[in-house]
Amino acid sequence: MGKITLSQVRKSFGEVDVISGIDLDIEDGEFVVFVGPSGCGKSTLLRLIAGLEDTTSGSMQIDGQEATHLPPAKRGLAMVFQSYALYPHMTVRKNIAFPLKMAGMTADEQAKKVAHAANILNLTDYLDRRPGQLSGGQRQRVAIGRAIVREPAAFLFDEPLSNLDAALRVTMRQEISELHQSLKTTMIYVTHDQVEAMTMADKIVVLNAGRIEQVGSPLELYHSPRNLFVAGFIGSPKMNLISGAEAAKYNCATLGVRPEHIGVGAGDGHWQGVVGLSEHLGSDSFFKVSVDGIGTINVRANGELNVRAGDRIHLSPDLEKLHRFDAEGLALK
Amino acid sequence: MATQSSRSAARLMLSPTVILLLVWMIVPLAMTLWFSLKRYNLLYPDRTGFNDFGNYTRFVLSPAFGGAVVNTLILVVGVLVITVVLGILIALLIDQPIWGQGIVRILVISPFFIMPPVAALIWKNMFMNPTNGLFAEAAKLLGMAPIDFLGQAPLASIILIVAWQWLPFATLILLTALQSLSSEELEAAEMDGAGAIQRFWYIMLPHLARAITVVVLIQTIFLLGIFGEILVTTNGGPGTASTTLPYLIYKEALLDFDVGTAAAGGVVAVILANIVAFFLMRAIGKNLDA
Amino acid sequence: MARHISTQRRALNTASAWTVALILFFPILWTVLTSFKPEAQAVASPPIFLGFDWTLQNYVDVNEQRDYFRYFVNSIIIALGSTAFGLVLAVPAAWSMAFVPGRKTKDLLMWMLSTKMMPAVGVLVPIYLLFKTLGLLDTRFGMVLVLTLMNLPIIVWMLYTYFKEIPGEILEAARMDGASLRSEILYVLTPMAVPGIASTVLLNIILAWNEAFWTINLTVTDAAPLTKFIAGFSSPQGLFYAKLSAASTMAIAPILIMGWFSQKQLVRGLTFGAVK
Repeated sequence: MGKITLSQVRKSFGEVDVISGIDLDIEDGEFVVFVGPSGCGKSTLLRLIAGLEDTTSGSMQIDGQEATHLPPAKRGLAMVFQSYALYPHMTVRKNIAFPLKMAGMTADEQAKKVAHAANILNLTDYLDRRPGQLSGGQRQRVAIGRAIVREPAAFLFDEPLSNLDAALRVTMRQEISELHQSLKTTMIYVTHDQVEAMTMADKIVVLNAGRIEQVGSPLELYHSPRNLFVAGFIGSPKMNLISGAEAAKYNCATLGVRPEHIGVGAGDGHWQGVVGLSEHLGSDSFFKVSVDGIGTINVRANGELNVRAGDRIHLSPDLEKLHRFDAEGLALK
Repeated sequence: MATQSSRSAARLMLSPTVILLLVWMIVPLAMTLWFSLKRYNLLYPDRTGFNDFGNYTRFVLSPAFGGAVVNTLILVVGVLVITVVLGILIALLIDQPIWGQGIVRILVISPFFIMPPVAALIWKNMFMNPTNGLFAEAAKLLGMAPIDFLGQAPLASIILIVAWQWLPFATLILLTALQSLSSEELEAAEMDGAGAIQRFWYIMLPHLARAITVVVLIQTIFLLGIFGEILVTTNGGPGTASTTLPYLIYKEALLDFDVGTAAAGGVVAVILANIVAFFLMRAIGKNLDA
Repeated sequence: MARHISTQRRALNTASAWTVALILFFPILWTVLTSFKPEAQAVASPPIFLGFDWTLQNYVDVNEQRDYFRYFVNSIIIALGSTAFGLVLAVPAAWSMAFVPGRKTKDLLMWMLSTKMMPAVGVLVPIYLLFKTLGLLDTRFGMVLVLTLMNLPIIVWMLYTYFKEIPGEILEAARMDGASLRSEILYVLTPMAVPGIASTVLLNIILAWNEAFWTINLTVTDAAPLTKFIAGFSSPQGLFYAKLSAASTMAIAPILIMGWFSQKQLVRGLTFGAVK
């Protein structure tokens, strides 16, 4: 069981509030991703949940039990660190068995659990190696193995994929998702990469400057961002944000159009502009278009489109999928 | 970044060391202060009572005092300059690809393992002795008159002996620092047209700054207290030519049995050492932060 | 600097490096050689380098005058004892400073080091009187205590620079894995810091073995280590070069040999954070 409730959790270092009064419910079995730019407090929030930092005020319950002042070891949580934090002087076997040893488990039980975890993670052949002899992906698996054997109430991941190369990152991302499907244990996952957040999460928590900007499922955040920050942060390439006269036509301070919601045509479009940069990936095409009276607009089109830099093209935004924001940056309905 | 409980654990684990060192520092210092204000001469046990600052004026105004302070500084600075400069040169030399590097390192480090009284004794007797010493023999061989090193240049001779003991330490730290310099950095400088001397001056020396700092700090700590080498070789003489502050205090306490004045000298020495420490730590603490 | 250089260049470098090394080592070599000479040949003019009548008589004589073995045992006890005490005190202290640093940590470290700058002579009389009162004069425990305190700042500093290089996340991982502070230090930190601890231990043994001020002034016979042994030869026996050399060789040989064999471990940790 792993239901975690935060109420008015605040953390300050000296004068500075790193986390300012966060309320959050994490349901049992949920895959929750904390996402936000660097310095937004997402890692600190995770460390507060882990018990590696003290909360300045507020309280926290794990499975209905007061946990605000419990030491990390007593919270029943397991953590996978960004640097993996494997014990370099121990073999993989001993690394995975370490939490069991600390819990005073017998050698037989330890061996059984380690074998089971190694089997799940394809580490059986590497059990007698040291972390230094493993590849990045294997180290990552050992770190996960060390977390699994404890059968924790929840897993905490602190940017676990950021040290891997791009191809491996995709594979590991899928492995972690599959692990979640088979274990059905609560997972809290911190990342600055919105693609990871979108692909893995049941629930995304967007953080900015120590505050929660929005909580919701990936598609909720995509379709109805609550404010400009979330609109700009979720989605790739970023949503085009247009202010000024053009926005005023739609009765808003800022108008948001996702690049994929703009049609490209040769004649009779809504807007006209000159293509600055064009990128052709085969499956998609990306253009930076300098639109008359508006400025630069990013456009994404499916498949190949025979448009080159310097061409003059017409753009038509999908009027159904426009986002409108008021002067405070909040979304208008 | 840590939790309240780990902070209190840290305080708890730090306290034995801090308390022991505090006691070790404060108790003798307090006693020294107390003695320094009293008449306390082992030869005249009947003279007691407070002497106000008489001991201090006696110590500070004694003709040997000024010279002792200067000698102490010359000794410390002299050894530092020799060990750092030669240390850099030797480190540069050993860092080159050479045959038998392992043995060379062992030979170079060896003087560091020699206990100070042994070093002083063998240098004094077997090398610097004007009749039987090897230096005298070498002078004879060259047809020159032997030099009485400890008689004619006592402080310089002591500096030589102490520098010999500390040169390995400086060399090894500087060598380790030098080996941590990436060859890419040097190659980049070479591509930029820097010659050997410019590479040393603009790339290697700045890279060694931290190591030099550490060498200066640690050696100063040990050199300020140099005493045994002087006792064994020159007894502070001839006259007071090689009397340093520690030796002067020793002379008051154990040769003139004037504990009161020696204590006053101790307090003065502690104050001076703290002044040196203060400036050294200021200058160096900054360099060690990076 | 793995650069390719010509053989001549290499030979030249080798020759200069060996020359420097032999000059630095020569006083030790000469002492050891002299210790095997008959007294008359030890002061021969011109000096005899190798072609003398090799003898062990000096060692026998020196050992008869003074019981070498007793001094040797005291040196061992003092060096190892003070190192062990020092580690027990310094490992937790260095853990605190490295992993829970505060704004005052650097100042604290510098203060510890500055306690070593106090001239020992200045506090000799008070320490002597204190030791006399406490019955610690000429006791092994007293000497272990003094040398522990003497070297503690250096041990703390060395361990601190070592511990600081260990990523804090690994210790946090141990905490998450349910390790108590004791297990964290014992099973995770200490094994990871083995090279640093080894080097610290070696340096401390060397410093304790060679510490001559307190050991000479606070011991008489019972706890007297080899520094006291050699001090007894300063005069008038100093005039007998062969015996002086034999005594010197006996005093330095144990630490010299240990130093040679552990040179690599020692040097690795001797950087005091000077190398980043």
